[in-house]
Amino acid sequence: MIAIDQKGYYGEFGGAFIPEMLYPNIEELREQYLAIMADDSFEKEFRQLLKDYVGRPSPLYLAERLSEHYQAYIYLKREDLNHTGAHKINNTVGQILMAERLGKKRIIAETGAGQHGVATATVCALKGIECIVYMGEIDIQRQAPNVARMKMLGAEVRPATSGSKTLKDATNEAIRDWINNPEDTHYIIGSVVGPHPYPDMVARFQSVISEEMLWQLKEHTGKEDPDVIIACVGGGSNAAGAYYHYLNKDQVRLVAVEAAGHGIHSGESAATSVLGTKGIIHGSRTLLMQTPDGQIVEPYSISAGLDYPGIGPMHAHLIASGRAEAVSITDDEALASAYFVSKKEGIIPALETAHAFSALDKIEYDSSDVIVVNLSGRGDKDLATFIKHYDRFHK
Amino acid sequence: MSRIKKLFQEKKEDILNIYFTAGFPQLDSTEAVILSLEKAGADLIEVGMPYSDPLADGPTIQQSGQVALSNGMTLDILFSQIESTRQKTEIPLVLMGYFNQVMQYGEQQFFDRCREVGIDGLILPDLPIYEYETFYQDMIEQAGLDISFLITPQTSEERILKIDELTRGFLYMVSNSSITGAKKGISDKQVAYFNRINDMQLKNPRLIGFGISDNETFSTACQYANGAIIGSAYINTLKDSKDIRETTLEFVKMVRGESVKV
Repeated sequence: MIAIDQKGYYGEFGGAFIPEMLYPNIEELREQYLAIMADDSFEKEFRQLLKDYVGRPSPLYLAERLSEHYQAYIYLKREDLNHTGAHKINNTVGQILMAERLGKKRIIAETGAGQHGVATATVCALKGIECIVYMGEIDIQRQAPNVARMKMLGAEVRPATSGSKTLKDATNEAIRDWINNPEDTHYIIGSVVGPHPYPDMVARFQSVISEEMLWQLKEHTGKEDPDVIIACVGGGSNAAGAYYHYLNKDQVRLVAVEAAGHGIHSGESAATSVLGTKGIIHGSRTLLMQTPDGQIVEPYSISAGLDYPGIGPMHAHLIASGRAEAVSITDDEALASAYFVSKKEGIIPALETAHAFSALDKIEYDSSDVIVVNLSGRGDKDLATFIKHYDRFHK
Repeated sequence: MSRIKKLFQEKKEDILNIYFTAGFPQLDSTEAVILSLEKAGADLIEVGMPYSDPLADGPTIQQSGQVALSNGMTLDILFSQIESTRQKTEIPLVLMGYFNQVMQYGEQQFFDRCREVGIDGLILPDLPIYEYETFYQDMIEQAGLDISFLITPQTSEERILKIDELTRGFLYMVSNSSITGAKKGISDKQVAYFNRINDMQLKNPRLIGFGISDNETFSTACQYANGAIIGSAYINTLKDSKDIRETTLEFVKMVRGESVKV
């Protein structure tokens, strides 16, 4: 049975390892999040926004040409068709409603590639709430279009200049901001990471993905259950959403796809389930990449969304317990899949999602299997990378 | 009796606790800093274990940790530095760091090693009291280490009582909800908070930290608690120091309001 306990543990992973300064905020959220989410007015507004503003339900599409190539029934869950282009908005819509009901006047968020930052800036614009997004100084340079989008949406983008100046440090800076502003601020974390109750709350907001899959698969195949669900995992929010309603259906295989960068043992990788050891990152006990002396290591992936040294505690538990199987995909394998899927299906996937497609080349399956790939985001944001590497893959 | 308990039994006021980051400014500064602080008149020393991701710390301590790590500081090096320094001083030493470092070292090994080298107490700001009670209290108490927990202006009365019950060294009163090194001066609102805690008749001695940087803030804090903790301000003076002994002597005199030689 996969479940989270009262104190926020999935097996031995999770909890809330936070300084006392954050305790009142986290405790307030922990005490109230389930009641707020269960409230009728919350549920109604959340569902309405997902439908009219985000554009849900997202289609479940039988990819015929991919199915023919791989000799299986391959369905794509089209989160790329959501407003702002990825699954991230499911969570930010939920959390902005949560912040409103908690009486918060100011929103902070972290972002790596900028997708979660844009999704947060979007819902803050929707609600007219002040928004500050922390982003690593290096990521600000690498992801200029998303920085411009956030500004246009009215958010302030603050550079994180500490440490390695990327996602991990943007998260540290957002947490420090929350410590400094203990009363009026809500922190919208973008993934199933952080102290309890964040991993559970974000997983619940993203669970709409698998909730729709249940009835969509039934319509398509006559059965609610697929044989395999494949999703990429950085922190793990799209995977958490795609797995959620299947966690305790052991007949459904869960495949978690991590970024191997230049190769798992190249020293430039983000394959946390292989390279990680137990420890604490951003308030959660989980698997993370660290030195023998407990210093957190900077990961690497061509995909900014998978470039995180930890993994959500739910995924650490799923992998450690054998419920989910982890697959590692290199930069080049992901790029090859991005070009391949674009031509086969007329869909340019995000680099993160391209990793999930690559797993089709790695896992075993039968020709009768129904396989769902969670198409977590669209590739527009990655065009510069795709253009840069195009010739190398088209000789 | 532990060195920390002995200190608080013998001295009730104006206790000066100074924090420094081990391995800063040089890898081997640890002994010079500790002995200089003792000679200058600090009562208690907090030895910071440098960490890659110190969530509760402001830029000054973050940067000193980065320098210490690039100087090559590790926990094993730090423990052996403390072991040899301990032969030369009886000042209470409190190790401060983030819990991931403890986990990765191995909790039991870490606490045993602390005891072995002469560490007296621990401050682990991201170890919550639930996890402490459930998993680590017995280990830490058996190692004879005095653990200190933090309270803040937002901590509820009920929780303060619980924290007071679990604390073995001193209560670390965070003066204002912030990261370290962030705010200057002490406001009326903070004084009201200090008074509120004073009235609670807690069993542990209390030291006020965060935003204490000079004689004015130190003296004010000492009116409302047994003493105060200084970190970032000391790190800043060490940064430009040519002579650790002299810099430390001048800094402590300045804080204590004694005449400073020019």
